Amino acid sequence: MSLITTLARLEAVDSGRAQPLATVRHRHLTDRPLVLVPLTTAGEAGAPLGALVGTDRAAPRLITVAQPRDRDLRFAFLAELAEAVLPHIESYADAGEPAERNETDPGTGKKVKVEVELCTDAAQLIVPSRAGIDFVRLLGRSMRFRRTVEDDPDTPYPAPARVPLLGRWLTHYGERARVPGSSLLLAATDLLNRHWATGQSSLEDQHLGALLAWIDPPEGEPGSAAALRAEAGRDRAGQLFCPPAGPATDPAFDNRLLAPAIERYDRARTALATAEDGLAADARLGELSGAEREIRSLLAGVLRPTWDAVWRGLDLLAELPEGARAEDRWTRDRWSFTGHRDRVRAGEPPQPRRDDAVTAAQKLASRETAQAQLEAQEALDDPLVLAGRRLAGEAFVGVVTDVEMAYSESKRPSPRPLVTVRTDERPHLGERTKVYRSLDGKPQTAEFVAYVPEESEGVLDGGSADEEILLVLRITDRMGRGKEPAPGSVPEPGDRFAWTLFEHDQRGGPKLPDPEDTPWTHGGPPGAAADGPAEKPDPVTAEDLL
Amino acid sequence: MTAVLDPGAAAARATDAILGDTLRGTARGIVVDSPPGAGKSTLVVRAALELAAAGRPLMVVAQTNSQVDDLVVRLAEKAPDLPVGRLHSSDSDPYDKVLDGLDNVRKSAKAADLAGLDIVISTAAKWAHVKNVEPWGHAIVDEAYQMRSDALLAVAGLFERALFVGDPGQLDPFSIVGADQWAGLSYDPSASAVSTLLAHNPELPQHRLPVSWRLPASAAPLVSDAFYPFTPFRSGTDHGDRRMSFGVPSDGSGPDRVLDEAAESGWGLLELPARHTPRTDPEAVRAVALVVSRLLDRGGAATSERSPAPVPVTADRVAVGTAHRDQAAAVRAALTELGVTGVAVDTANRLQGREFDVTVILHPLSGRPDATAFHLETGRLCVLASRHRHACVVVCREGVADLLDEHPSTEPVQLGVTVKFPDGWEANHAVLAHLREHRVPWRP
Repeated sequence: MSLITTLARLEAVDSGRAQPLATVRHRHLTDRPLVLVPLTTAGEAGAPLGALVGTDRAAPRLITVAQPRDRDLRFAFLAELAEAVLPHIESYADAGEPAERNETDPGTGKKVKVEVELCTDAAQLIVPSRAGIDFVRLLGRSMRFRRTVEDDPDTPYPAPARVPLLGRWLTHYGERARVPGSSLLLAATDLLNRHWATGQSSLEDQHLGALLAWIDPPEGEPGSAAALRAEAGRDRAGQLFCPPAGPATDPAFDNRLLAPAIERYDRARTALATAEDGLAADARLGELSGAEREIRSLLAGVLRPTWDAVWRGLDLLAELPEGARAEDRWTRDRWSFTGHRDRVRAGEPPQPRRDDAVTAAQKLASRETAQAQLEAQEALDDPLVLAGRRLAGEAFVGVVTDVEMAYSESKRPSPRPLVTVRTDERPHLGERTKVYRSLDGKPQTAEFVAYVPEESEGVLDGGSADEEILLVLRITDRMGRGKEPAPGSVPEPGDRFAWTLFEHDQRGGPKLPDPEDTPWTHGGPPGAAADGPAEKPDPVTAEDLL
Repeated sequence: MTAVLDPGAAAARATDAILGDTLRGTARGIVVDSPPGAGKSTLVVRAALELAAAGRPLMVVAQTNSQVDDLVVRLAEKAPDLPVGRLHSSDSDPYDKVLDGLDNVRKSAKAADLAGLDIVISTAAKWAHVKNVEPWGHAIVDEAYQMRSDALLAVAGLFERALFVGDPGQLDPFSIVGADQWAGLSYDPSASAVSTLLAHNPELPQHRLPVSWRLPASAAPLVSDAFYPFTPFRSGTDHGDRRMSFGVPSDGSGPDRVLDEAAESGWGLLELPARHTPRTDPEAVRAVALVVSRLLDRGGAATSERSPAPVPVTADRVAVGTAHRDQAAAVRAALTELGVTGVAVDTANRLQGREFDVTVILHPLSGRPDATAFHLETGRLCVLASRHRHACVVVCREGVADLLDEHPSTEPVQLGVTVKFPDGWEANHAVLAHLREHRVPWRP
């Protein structure tokens, strides 16, 4: 945790209210996010219990499973979820604009520009918590290898038509959520934690209700008291005021309300199956649908507070103006969205269970690039984030006091002006440390030359506490090709800039071998092993059958 | 065979076996584990020269530019006429200017310019950009345990066979983003190059250098027991071979007494009163700086197997090691205030592979309220505790043992991942238990 975050948390404790960690919103929010609040069955990994889903906060769609261990009902749930989610995704997939993409020509090995279509916007999915993101991933994993009747007429338990497709999309969203700074699939708690520091531990910050209690406490009540009530407050029946944001449910709810309701449903179902005549069957069908209605209303009761909390969180975030570079990162999300759309349309098989060596290395490299870029962009977009970096010695703000022209020692000398900067900050500068400033939105590089000794004291390095120090930087680029620097490219005395010790842009890593050229050190090309490149569906196990 | 082999002979036998496998073996890879200061660089230079002498084109992969430059210089010392290529990046000032004075070294940013030279050396990062060249018959991968699996993936296509050399006890490579999703896969891109290599090629011959020439007899047993419990090594020198003394007697202060203790026994623990502090604990930082400044002021001098006459311990033979960069910066500032210059102050990551007479370390857990995986990492403490030839002074706040007991490791167990022994918790306790015998309480 950085020093400034620690300070913000202390202030939050002191004031009883969450403190801002950002002055702008660092994640893109679309105007029509699809909110999904899922619930899972306790003790039954990956068995969905219910969900609220939709883009209209006033009219969520409630989907429930009356008996989560019944695979037919589970499939019915997934089919309904597909019906709720896929049309939303497809509405974005169908609207594209022309764009250019750099590709390597396989024949010549040269980079060429290719005309492609880029989706004008992408479908954004919001879940309440990080566990919700994991659940989306799990749902994706459980669905994408399912077979429908069209895939294989002999499959013993065919999945409803659109379920595997939903699995592929959810897998894509789950995977994309691992890319730092991406906004395709976001957790409301992550979003809020990025922008506010509360007075509780980061573990407690995973509780959406408690988090909102700190950020936006009720009038006259300190955040800590409101958070405590959100976490632990129960009504007379022993039920939480603020049910967990899921997917796990509260055990008291499971034991006292849900389990008896499911039992009634099971009984009604058995009774219906044993009904001897039409009249009895009719009556028992009524009992069955009554039991089902009860489960639905129970689940709606615990889902709705979370649903409202997610929207309240989104409202709070919407009050912040979006950071200048967030749009940039969203464009990358749109490319990712478009890329997956194209793979689905091209009839490619679902994402493999495990990445091969090359794909894993590529993903790791691109995520590390994204992480470094995100950190730089947030600092450049937001003075409060930059302040944290300055406090950590990774950036500094200073006033230019002197500029002296100098030239590089080469056959064609280029300008290398020496700029003296006065600052009262203590950046961690070493010999030839590179520093960067933003010049018309592009980074200009300089290197640290030396501290200027104080006339009187002769203190060279660092200096003590809050004294101002003078340091000399040598500008090394972005001054044009001529002997004289381009106008405006060299700082002038009196200019005040932020200089960062971190790079503003990230260079991409090296090109890795193609998967079929995986070297011997990494086990050789994949697919030589048993199941081949196209993955088989999951085998049916005893646990799949009730 | 006698039970106790002469260290020189034991080391020579290991080296011969390694070179034999490298030059005449048939395996595609050979892995050499080397404890701190066991002559890894010497081995790399020797293997390179012998491969070159046998007429086999060789590429050498190191991890950092300074390691590459260092190897080039060492090669030139041993074989001033051997044509060596230094492949470098196209940044400004990409290599050490010392190389400009070496006639046998050709430098270029393009691999094609260096084709045909006996040995071409570069960093893994630069090699990864080399494409469309004829693969080399042989490669030496230096510091292979600090190389990430994905970095090896990018360069493995450039060579047919390779010698992997490294120290398994030092810091593991890390990634700045989570990589749990691949944990347990044989080719986990965030794991070390050697673990991926051995997961896919378990039959490869593995060797071990048995003698540390750097660590004194006072340090080798502790470092070996705490960090290499299943692959013990010993020191090349005996008790009494190395001595340290001071020209100026102790003034009775904490720093002076801990220096005397360290000079006498090889270890010293300067213990400050228990307290939770920010990372850049001002008192501890000042204590570190005072120890260093007293060490230099008191005219420390060392005798060793290299020279029987006392050699002054100058600033360039002293290092300060910390866990975090801001701590290093704070120590640097404190040293400047005391007028001390020329002492290397850096984090464990950056001190890897370097050697000093005396090291002063700020304990990674000093003053912390918690013990995170980062601070418990075995390699971090191992690097910090194994850089010295004579003595190591640890500056720490009281209460680290209790802190450890309150924070057992809670990292999730990942299926398929080889559990690393010893874990940091265990190693930290082992080192602390030993240091406690050399404890000096802080008295300013």
